[in-house]
Amino acid sequence: MSDLLEIDDLHAFYGDFQALHGVSLRVRAGEVQALIGANGAGKSTLLKSICGLVAGRQGSVRWRGAELLGQAPNRIVAQGIALVPEGRRLFPSLSVEENLILGGQVARPGPWSLRAVYDLFPILQEKRAAPSTSLSGGQQQMVSIGRALMSNPELILLDELSLGLAPIVIKDIYARLPRITGQGMAAILVEQDVTRALGSASAFVCLAEGRVALAGAPGAFGREAISAAYFGT
Amino acid sequence: MEFANIILQGVLVGGLYALFAAGLSLIFGVMRLVNIAHGDLIVLAAYAAMVVVQATGLHPLGALVLVVPLLATFGYALQRLILNRTLGKDLLPPLLVTFGLSVILQNGLLEVFTADSRKLNAGVLEVASFQLGDAISIGYLPLLMFATAVGVIAGLQFLFYRTALGRAFRATSDDAEVAQLMGLDRRHIFACAMALCLAVVAIAGVFLAIRSNFDPFMGPGRLIFGFEAVIIGGLGNLWGTLVGGVILGVAQAVGAEINPGWQVLAGHLAFILVLAIRPTGLFPRIDG
Repeated sequence: MSDLLEIDDLHAFYGDFQALHGVSLRVRAGEVQALIGANGAGKSTLLKSICGLVAGRQGSVRWRGAELLGQAPNRIVAQGIALVPEGRRLFPSLSVEENLILGGQVARPGPWSLRAVYDLFPILQEKRAAPSTSLSGGQQQMVSIGRALMSNPELILLDELSLGLAPIVIKDIYARLPRITGQGMAAILVEQDVTRALGSASAFVCLAEGRVALAGAPGAFGREAISAAYFGT
Repeated sequence: MEFANIILQGVLVGGLYALFAAGLSLIFGVMRLVNIAHGDLIVLAAYAAMVVVQATGLHPLGALVLVVPLLATFGYALQRLILNRTLGKDLLPPLLVTFGLSVILQNGLLEVFTADSRKLNAGVLEVASFQLGDAISIGYLPLLMFATAVGVIAGLQFLFYRTALGRAFRATSDDAEVAQLMGLDRRHIFACAMALCLAVVAIAGVFLAIRSNFDPFMGPGRLIFGFEAVIIGGLGNLWGTLVGGVILGVAQAVGAEINPGWQVLAGHLAFILVLAIRPTGLFPRIDG
């Protein structure tokens, strides 16, 4: 399989603060990559850089060989990259269904539609007319995932799915991930829970202070090596 | 009965104030932009209508067919070329730029059209009225203005809550960053909102020009009436804006009845009263 996404020597800045120092990463079609690292390691910044939401960037982010740096976020999503942002960030003045419809705005062809999202998360069909903020945290996360799926991406970026959710809800959401990635969609999974992240992925990248500390297949390293990379010891 | 007549005339004038305010409310709602030049844009629309009427011989209301698309196009370009560059976390730059725009519009109009008062002649429509009982007489023009305001606000309401463009407006207003991740180009969405705003401004400007004399410097006054109607009704609530306009109109009518010099003052007093009792307006938007 060829590389869908190739990131080379990516530097990202928020004003004078540098969040990423030369990160390189490859994602192949249909592959699930776990992105782990401590708070402030640059995980969310990396995802946002891919989507075009970080203004100060140097290096190269290529999608199917074409450079993404310098393109507007609304153009990038149209090419098949969707983000499930940290903290869900639903549109409060839109209903559940309107949130989903808006996700399908770019109208890429593919298996995901309102019907398919409701099949994946039946509770959302029940709550379709409810204001999105009236839902529980887990249900809001489902809307956020569904909204990203509606654009029929080839790569979905999942930022901290489990943030603020009860363990049973997290388990429920993770149980449905294979139904999303099983259809050949690639994913980058950012997660605090390292064991869960590694268990769901075929490869991982560990960031520490904006640099890649360790990368490879989850089985290739012992817990000590991953832990040392994670904490930078 | 005479009192009922005063109230009714005030209500009908309130429709015009609601038309002044609707675009202001729309723009603030979608992009948190306080447009200081809004009143001057209304006056610009009045002059545009005058030019169209002089050039084509159309009835002022017929001139709307040209003035509305003209102003909407102007609004799209204004947002795309200038105002989009001022939007950010800081509220001050758009405020300063629209203030500057206000000054430019006033002096530009003065240069081209002189300081003379103008008025559009709508013929018999201006004086025609019908009787309702003994004491109440309703003019067709105020009634038409009010009906237009109701229609415009109903239309905006429908557009906001029932169409794809409205969905895009609301999403961009909620969270512009995530809206971009949905494939929405916020520069285009904002420009569409401004185009819509200036389409409403065009209607307001034509009615203003038919109802009273206008000159290049009456914009800021219309801006104040618009602001007051928006605040009284509650930010972000379009029907509230109509109620705000009506309250302003009625207060002015009652004030004028007591003493003609008190007309404008009475409106401002009503505004301050509402602000003191309900600082968020009468019908603030519940969400967000």
